[in-house]
Amino acid sequence: MNVELKNIHKHFGKTYANKGIDLTVQSGTIQGILGENGAGKSTLMKILSGFIQADPGGEIILDGKSVVINSPADAIHVGVGMLHQDPLDFPPMRVLDNFLLGRSGGLFPNRTSVRQDFLNLARQFDFSLDPDNYVDALTVGERQQLEIIRLLWMGARVLILDEPTTGISASQKQKLFATLKKLAEQGMTIIFVSHKLEDVEFLCNQVAVLRAGELVGMTKPPFETSTLVELMFGKVVTLGDRQPAKTGDTVLSLQNVSLEDVRLKIKNVNLDLRAGEVIGLAGLEGSGQGMFIRACAGLVRPVGGKVFLKGRDLTGKAYHAFKHQGVNFLPASRLEEGLVPGLSLTDHFILAEEPTGVFIDRVAGQRLAEDRIKSFNIRGTPTSTVESLSGGNQQRAELALLQSPLSLVLLEHPTRGLDIESVIYIWSKLKDRCKQDGAAIIFISSDLEEVLQYSDRLLVFFSGKVSEPIDAATISVEQLGQLIGGKGWTQKGDANA
Amino acid sequence: MLKSKAGGFIFQLIAFMLAMVFVSLILLAVGASPLDAYKNMLTGSVGSMRKFAEVLVSFVPLLLVTAGLLITFSAGLWNIGVEGQIVLGAIGSVWVLRQFVDSSLPPALIITLSILGGMVAGAVWASFAGMLKTFGGVNEIFGGLGLNFVSTALTLYLIFGPWKREGVASMSGTEPFPDVFSLPQIPDLRISPYALAIALVAVLIVYFILQGTYFGLKIKAVGKNIRAAYLLGIPTWQYSLYSFLICGALAGVAGALQVTAVYHRLIPSISSGYGYLGLMVAMLVNYQAVWAVPVALLFAALNIGSIQLPIVMKLDSSLSGVLQGVLVLFVLLTEGVRQKFVKKV
Repeated sequence: MNVELKNIHKHFGKTYANKGIDLTVQSGTIQGILGENGAGKSTLMKILSGFIQADPGGEIILDGKSVVINSPADAIHVGVGMLHQDPLDFPPMRVLDNFLLGRSGGLFPNRTSVRQDFLNLARQFDFSLDPDNYVDALTVGERQQLEIIRLLWMGARVLILDEPTTGISASQKQKLFATLKKLAEQGMTIIFVSHKLEDVEFLCNQVAVLRAGELVGMTKPPFETSTLVELMFGKVVTLGDRQPAKTGDTVLSLQNVSLEDVRLKIKNVNLDLRAGEVIGLAGLEGSGQGMFIRACAGLVRPVGGKVFLKGRDLTGKAYHAFKHQGVNFLPASRLEEGLVPGLSLTDHFILAEEPTGVFIDRVAGQRLAEDRIKSFNIRGTPTSTVESLSGGNQQRAELALLQSPLSLVLLEHPTRGLDIESVIYIWSKLKDRCKQDGAAIIFISSDLEEVLQYSDRLLVFFSGKVSEPIDAATISVEQLGQLIGGKGWTQKGDANA
Repeated sequence: MLKSKAGGFIFQLIAFMLAMVFVSLILLAVGASPLDAYKNMLTGSVGSMRKFAEVLVSFVPLLLVTAGLLITFSAGLWNIGVEGQIVLGAIGSVWVLRQFVDSSLPPALIITLSILGGMVAGAVWASFAGMLKTFGGVNEIFGGLGLNFVSTALTLYLIFGPWKREGVASMSGTEPFPDVFSLPQIPDLRISPYALAIALVAVLIVYFILQGTYFGLKIKAVGKNIRAAYLLGIPTWQYSLYSFLICGALAGVAGALQVTAVYHRLIPSISSGYGYLGLMVAMLVNYQAVWAVPVALLFAALNIGSIQLPIVMKLDSSLSGVLQGVLVLFVLLTEGVRQKFVKKV
């Protein structure tokens, strides 16, 4: 299906998210949309898929016909389906029930024929999905596959994917790309939104770059990475060289720690973490690294073994006992777990100071907030509520909340969804902050390059198995990718790197 | 303009007018004149000093309960059990008074002790709902509702059992206490200035707790995002429990004042639904302490004003309840509409 967007404007208050965008995508094209955070990619896609409406004056034309899309239901009706970054499914329900949802008409669905449709579609793309499984048992990649065939089944001929390669395995990514290419050959239009250059370069036939709400460039292969980066940011940026940290005293010591939840068992992990050291945890989402990092914070109680912090036995103690020893945990879901929506930045900074008095010192709080906002380069004011900040600024705010003195920082996906400039900023700030206090860092990331770039040593997780610490300098992205995918592990459960 | 304070006020004004129109339609449907009804309610509430004093009698417990609920709402808790906490406050205060019936201590001291007794009893009762929530995983709405029934049963048991009147027990309650155990009232009026002062001081304290203290800020953080609050180092379940205790204590004072300033004994319906009404007031003021006073006063006036209706117009006095309920619904509705507008603009 040919997609034509004409003169799309969208403003929120005084800021323009989209400014006069014209974009034409021919049938059978895989169109990449690049841009840093806040460039207007998501807004444009949400307009096309009916989640929000453009300002009057613009036009959406599908196969030469002007259409009005006021809701996601309208969108799918005219053949536009969107796959969101966080799959919009219903985890406590079965795969087949999720598949059925959104289908209009009919009080009693014909499950037998739907099941057949489902299995046919799954086979066509080589997805191994069990229709009777519960969605919360699926990986992000599998949920994505479910969503793709659901949209196809509902008649989508334009498929929009928002950051689809975040949080999925290398092999799932390969399968996804193969599927997308196949669909494009069948005449589908694929719109692929990402800020991962290599994915876009590898996959797309055409790339549009957005910056500050405007379409600043349209390129075709072969792509020049430097050109794309320059278009995205208006200047050239690089990750910079690795700087191994000097390491000091042992901060955290795990001795034969075993962990368990309903799905996974992690057995006998030993680790000594020294001040100044950075350890990256790599693995598919749900391979046990989340449970592991929470155990290091006292948020998950080990079923066996001992946890020492600076020589103190904290086994089985709660997070607040860890926090008193300078352990800070920064969760991945910032607004759900990390920050308090509805409270201002000042309120957060006041709370993070763990005040002991009775009456709030507003003047000091204001000063503190202005200070932190400046030194962490947060785009916001002391009275801004945290939910009004962008993702990158929320992450900066979380960093600004780190306590002092600090001994260990635990981060889940510290840079997920952030553009490269924010990533670099966050890491330099984090490293500065840890150097000041001699703190160590453990972080989870599904971005392999980030893991290799910023860790001194890394642990690989594969369905509850944990590798011995691997020196990050001795392993390549490919080797790491294989370990994550379960290849290259020796019998006793250690990675053979 | 929709986002501004003035915009919000206009929407609330619209809500108020819509509620009036709606209730007027109901009145017309039963063949009564809305204008007469409203006039009667107005004269019935502020028509004379004596009537206004009655309004204040109703205002005192309502304001205390609302003040307490502002704390639990800020902590993200639906303290439905507040009704039972009022009842326990009353029981606690009656228990204290009974201990001193024959004592020679100064009555002022005994009354003070009895109010404190009510406060403690209310807080203890609230702590049950709080502990069920924090340790038992029982939603505070269900726990509170259950405890409300228990408190009613307990009242009846006391009235017909251990505390029954000489001779024959009756629904009219326990034996009234001697006059010295009553909070002093303004001559010829039923309102006690002390009770009024206690309620106003309580709402002031709650206002300052929520606006100006670290405690209040932590309560709000727990209410808005309990997981993030925990990661920020706030002992979350303790703070939930504290908020229950404060609310229970204030509801307990309300119950104690019902005994010492109004009924002078324990009666079956001692809480008079002020707990549920307080929930409505707290919702209506959008959990802002500043507005609690005028709105609680309005609701009290509606309560008292509607007493006229059956006598003068043969209408049921539950009309005030209808008006209050409709008002809350329309305010919530217009707020929803406004949010939608704000998003679009």
